[in-house]
Amino acid sequence: MNNNKMVLKISAISENEHFARTVVGCFVLRLNPSVAQVSDIKTAVSEAVTNCIVHGYPNNPGEITIEAYIEKGNIHINIFDNGVGISNIEEALQPFYTTKGDEERSGMGFTIMQSFMDSVEVKSKLNEGTKIYMSKKIISDAV
Amino acid sequence: MNIKYQKNGSDLTVFVYGELDECSSSKAKNLIDRVLNDNYTSSNVIFDLSGVSFMDSTGIGLLIGRYKKLKQQNVASYISGASVATEKVIELAGLYSIMPKI
Repeated sequence: MNNNKMVLKISAISENEHFARTVVGCFVLRLNPSVAQVSDIKTAVSEAVTNCIVHGYPNNPGEITIEAYIEKGNIHINIFDNGVGISNIEEALQPFYTTKGDEERSGMGFTIMQSFMDSVEVKSKLNEGTKIYMSKKIISDAV
Repeated sequence: MNIKYQKNGSDLTVFVYGELDECSSSKAKNLIDRVLNDNYTSSNVIFDLSGVSFMDSTGIGLLIGRYKKLKQQNVASYISGASVATEKVIELAGLYSIMPKI
């Protein structure tokens, strides 16, 4: 079960959100997670994929890569886009911060990722893309 | 994604069914706003989320948008029936402070 890995590439369109979070939600099932843990993971994936679609590719939908792997009872999920990037990551991580307030965006995406996962790291370069690295412990006594 | 509603005096209950995410939010917004416009005499609007199977921050944005719109018309809005998972997102956003749970 350990060191298992999956990679998923999808077009950055909202119709793929359900598919993306469901695939990752199914992948983690081999760790026998609780319903709440699966729900947290699916919500965090949905937030990251939404960011890629809405902010990463505001003009033309590109490609989103979703990697997940299991290591010592932890699920690691990395979500990459090759979009416009984030100019100020610190600002983007603030609760309720949004660049698209006129679209009724809550600005809670990164806050939900941070609250629902154990760790979230964001790396971004303008006009190159954004990479989100998240992890969550599922089995506390795994070796 | 589907919306139904029930009117009881000045109370309007809007039942939301399905998933509230980036993919469905535009349709949900249009359907809910049509119900709100058709029932503009209501004093209280209750959003019943017991039929919502998934909701992320896009759903929060949608609900805050409806709250702001209703507040301008002096209409109070409430939330009921959220699942444990949906409630976790709602509470993180502090939504119950402006749209009380009933």
